[in-house]
Amino acid sequence: MENKPKKPTPSIKQNHGRHQDPVARRSNFDEVALGFGLEEAVTEAARCLNCKNKPCELACPVNVRIPEFVDLVHKEDLGAAASKIFETSLFPAICGRVCPQETYCEAACVLKDRFGPVSIGRLERFTADYARKNGLIKPPACAPDTGRKVACVGSGPTSLAVAAELRKLGHAVTVFEALHEFGGVLSYGIPTFRLPREVVRFEVDMLRKMGVRLLKNVMVGKSITIDELKKDFDVIYIGSGAGLPTPMNAPGEDLVGVYSSNEFLTRVNLMEAYKFPAVDTPYYVGKRVVVVGGGNTAMDSARCAMRLKPERVTLLYRRTRAEMPARGEEVENAMEEGIKFEFLTAPVELEGDEKGRLKRVKCVRMELGAPDASGRRRPVPQKGSEFYIEADSLVVAIGQSPNPVIQQTTAGLSVNKWGGIITEEATGKTSLDGIYAGGDVVRGGATVLLAMKDGKAAARAIHEKLSAKVN
Amino acid sequence: MKHDIYSTEGLYRIEEKEDLSPTISRHVIYAPLIAAKARPGHFVILRARPGGERIPVTLVDWNAEAGTVTVIIQAIGKSTTEMNAFKTGEYFSDVAGPLGTPVEIKKWGTVLGVGGGVGIAELYPIARAYKEAGNKVISILGARSKDLLILEKQMEAISDQVIVTTDDGSAGRKGLVTDAMKDLYAAGEKIDAAFTIGPIIMMKFVAETTRPHGTPTFASLNPVMLDGTGMCGGCRVEVGGKPRFACVDGPMFDAHLTNFDLLMKRTAAYREQEASSLENYARDHECRIGLH
Repeated sequence: MENKPKKPTPSIKQNHGRHQDPVARRSNFDEVALGFGLEEAVTEAARCLNCKNKPCELACPVNVRIPEFVDLVHKEDLGAAASKIFETSLFPAICGRVCPQETYCEAACVLKDRFGPVSIGRLERFTADYARKNGLIKPPACAPDTGRKVACVGSGPTSLAVAAELRKLGHAVTVFEALHEFGGVLSYGIPTFRLPREVVRFEVDMLRKMGVRLLKNVMVGKSITIDELKKDFDVIYIGSGAGLPTPMNAPGEDLVGVYSSNEFLTRVNLMEAYKFPAVDTPYYVGKRVVVVGGGNTAMDSARCAMRLKPERVTLLYRRTRAEMPARGEEVENAMEEGIKFEFLTAPVELEGDEKGRLKRVKCVRMELGAPDASGRRRPVPQKGSEFYIEADSLVVAIGQSPNPVIQQTTAGLSVNKWGGIITEEATGKTSLDGIYAGGDVVRGGATVLLAMKDGKAAARAIHEKLSAKVN
Repeated sequence: MKHDIYSTEGLYRIEEKEDLSPTISRHVIYAPLIAAKARPGHFVILRARPGGERIPVTLVDWNAEAGTVTVIIQAIGKSTTEMNAFKTGEYFSDVAGPLGTPVEIKKWGTVLGVGGGVGIAELYPIARAYKEAGNKVISILGARSKDLLILEKQMEAISDQVIVTTDDGSAGRKGLVTDAMKDLYAAGEKIDAAFTIGPIIMMKFVAETTRPHGTPTFASLNPVMLDGTGMCGGCRVEVGGKPRFACVDGPMFDAHLTNFDLLMKRTAAYREQEASSLENYARDHECRIGLH
């Protein structure tokens, strides 16, 4: 590979990558972000100043070697760039798509204020995709077998991170997944137009090539308990996620057409109901869809609903856009796709027909009052502001809490009042010896990257424990 | 034989397939982890192939020694029709479980089991467990007609008394399961607990029949289910005025506290799509399933 002398060109305008046209993408489930071609990637990589103190890398939850891999992209050595990312993260195609880089590495980039940050996320994604498509990815070498056995419960991002790290260190890792696809929320939750399934499958498959054993259709807590696993494994890591939907507790929530975001997204993403009848799982949205909530899950739900071609999709959020927890980019995408936003609006009652099907949603306008415990101004209903929205279906996307089954079936496992497993933050240690936990089952609904960060931290602690035992 | 419960070799192979009626088949499937763990009242989720629906089915039997579980499937929609077209030696792509909360087996005294249609299959392991626990077991088996009546002999082997009812009188007595129940009460039979599995409308009337007698009654609910792991809430049912998830809290609930009317409405959610899906399938597979 030719070794080009590197001259940073920071003042070139930041390239955000190409996107599918908003009108066209409304009727397909193909990826919205199209990213970079090789030339665009190399040009964007050239903007990096290669700062000595690496603020971007320090800000990264999984400490990707950012300046080094970006330099390798600039040198057009994509295989080496991918290997460089692999040193700390085995999931660049996933992270390059779902990480909110604007709050991590790109927020720390010294170019941010003057020219816009280097598009690190897009470069990570490009590197992973290019390397995958051109056969440049080599699974990392694993240390000789230690004879130590680790079970990971769930196959979402936190367990995948644990599995990758511990397998590299030579431990035998078995991953248990309750569903028929691996990836947890990456498979059932995040829509394909943000994260194509072949990307998830490829990165999961790499674990398999490294010798990680992946078992589907096993629901730990029901199919087999933690106590039973303890007989066969030295350490157990619980990454069972936050899959318990939060209901609105509004009258009429049992009407046909009312979904939890989990059910709606699982139907559409995991079961690929949008292909019905080519696949067997059906969906029902009707002509008018209402989505309730202001987070990323609400955006995903609304954007999935839009692609099922109803006449309209309306999103209700009880505060204003400024308070929305969703990523700015996702809100913009949703708006571009024609989703109607009703801010300062909350549903109070769902009304149905004689067959028990949803017909309309009684809503109330809100105003922002005094700040609540979270520091955000509390929405209060405006008297006499009730109005109706006609609706055939409604998706409740107002939050998830930790899956409760393992907590209920494991004696001695300490749990907080929200149902999350209590852990020591730096290590993921639970109240039980040899049992660790991380990701959303600890945090409640958080992010893929924090889940991976937890996994990496726990892997370090687990390795220490297992090494101590060997010696 | 010792099975490696963590091995994927041979997993989900159909070791034995038997047609019990033109639409009802029995499948014995290799799934040693499930077989080792199964209890009466557990269910599994089956998928015939990639792209297939997740179909919850209650376990009828299991054999930890052989590493197999037995399910009985009635072909109602496309997915179940496709499953029943499987032959011995073919594979399900997925069998997840055991799921749900098993039924508590204890000594009640006299236990009445009321099964309707393919629900008889699901009643079987529960009735058997009660018999083994020293209860007197009376089983009422309801079917539309003689050719849809299944497991009569097996139920006889584990029951003190079996009463068969059919809608058309082609087997047993003509009438409804509730007629037979009323006669039992009228004859002074002291029933200490009742379990019912079958069509929702039947379970609702079974509950209404036992209610005046104060007999503790439990029904196995069959709502629309997706993941079966407590994640989607699609299977929520109303029991005692509260939402419960049939997949993790059930599927067996106190029948006197169950809102059967709501359950009926919610199970109709996808009827149109299901009918069109079956129609398409039947058109493509005319000769195999004989629906035309």
